[in-house]
Amino acid sequence: MQPKIVFKDVTRRFDLGSQSFVALDRFSLDVADGEFVTVVGPSGCGKSTALNIAAGLLAPSEGEVLVAGKAVEGPGPERGMIFQQYALFPWLTVRQNVEFGLRIKGVSAPERREKANYFINLVGLGDFADALPKTLSGGMKQRCAIARAYAVDPSVLLMDEPFGALDALTRVQLQDQLLDTWRRERRTVMFITHDVDEAVYLANRVIVMAARPGRLKEIIPVDLPYPRTEEIRLSPEFTAIRNRVWHAVYHQQGSSREEN
Amino acid sequence: MSAPAKTAKPLRQDGKGQGADLSSLALNLVGLVAGIAVWWVLTASGAVGLPPPPDVVRKFGDLIANGQLATDIMSSLARVLTGFLLGVLLAVPVGFVMGWYKVARALIEPYLQFFRMIPPLAIIPLAIVTMGIDETPKIFVIFLASFLASVVATYQGVISVDKTMINAARVLGANDLTIFLRVIVPASTPFILVGVRIGLGSAWATLVAAELIAAQTGLGYRMQQAQLYYDLATIFVSLITIGVLGLAMDRLLLAIERRLTVWQERV
Repeated sequence: MQPKIVFKDVTRRFDLGSQSFVALDRFSLDVADGEFVTVVGPSGCGKSTALNIAAGLLAPSEGEVLVAGKAVEGPGPERGMIFQQYALFPWLTVRQNVEFGLRIKGVSAPERREKANYFINLVGLGDFADALPKTLSGGMKQRCAIARAYAVDPSVLLMDEPFGALDALTRVQLQDQLLDTWRRERRTVMFITHDVDEAVYLANRVIVMAARPGRLKEIIPVDLPYPRTEEIRLSPEFTAIRNRVWHAVYHQQGSSREEN
Repeated sequence: MSAPAKTAKPLRQDGKGQGADLSSLALNLVGLVAGIAVWWVLTASGAVGLPPPPDVVRKFGDLIANGQLATDIMSSLARVLTGFLLGVLLAVPVGFVMGWYKVARALIEPYLQFFRMIPPLAIIPLAIVTMGIDETPKIFVIFLASFLASVVATYQGVISVDKTMINAARVLGANDLTIFLRVIVPASTPFILVGVRIGLGSAWATLVAAELIAAQTGLGYRMQQAQLYYDLATIFVSLITIGVLGLAMDRLLLAIERRLTVWQERV
């Protein structure tokens, strides 16, 4: 089976005045259909750059990204994106936010409503369908954004540190909820985070990146069963993988001393 | 999840806000009464050569009775509203075009910044020479004042729309037109409404001077006439009327603004 997302030697340079710096250097990665990969790395490692290129919001300087075998040439509804700052439309209710993409697609009103209801209930916002975003907590806003991304039926979900602005407890709750949603509505997910625990807890594979220039460092498989539970989170196996990822992220100098 | 507890919070804050509104309203009243009292005491003691409150109230009665106040209000209001509406109606599309198209911004901005530096009143001599002395130059000056004030606000509103929100719409499949209509317009509405209010303030501020241009009626004209006869009470009547009308229109716009932007998070 062909991989769902393929990064082929993707390089991205940014010009800063007369200088140009390499944000992402010959990044290559295959993500399988239905896989959940998380990407961790220090700031400046190009993880957001890679995601934005896959979303079509940023063009690569060299190389290309293929999604479902087709080269990415711009944003499209088959690739949903979820932002750290939620990016809900504050003048629309939860339901209207979720219906936004469907309305653009020209979906009829009854069908729109039905689909929106389904995904609003899926993320547990059924009682808040007619609420404005300003009345929601951060966690609820992000759940609304997840429902909005799901509603247009993307085959790929790109998530850019979606839980980064939330408190630790809410973050853990949303991780469980995201995995539950993913189990019921399977999509290929590429999830960026700087939280090592989160990266290991969610993923099939953790992609570790290095900075200056941003590049792929190591791919660490997470051989833990789904559904992931608190028990798994506290297990020695989890801790072992977590330590390995931690080491790969935070001990990037002196690669000869790496324990692998 | 602790959702209900979290949504209950804004409600509580609203309740507290209402209490604060009431007590500040009471303080507003106290300040107003105290101000009139000071005015009365100063004028009654002869410390300043201004008319005391009863004289002004009597003059109000006279001017209402002989219909002069109504005529003046009508002609001033007509000028302010015409100039203001024309100004805002032009400012909103121009502001959008400037915010949306970099080329248009680069072309228009030098003129805008230049004319902003010229007080609209300084245009009056030119307006009289080129437009004559009927209603046109008066309305033009008011128009210019409100246009310049609100075009900048609209343009600022468009360029300060959160880029992430635009990206979110793009990823959901929106094209440029959809992004403009469904994201840029609603997101910049609060800015536009602030601009409209500033524009209204500028329109009133320009009125009296515009009525220097050979007017036959109007609150500003009435004041200039009264000045010739040292009729301070009439000047006070006109000043108070302009202030009250301006304030009433501003509150009306504020109410409309609140209604249209209930979705905004107010900190």
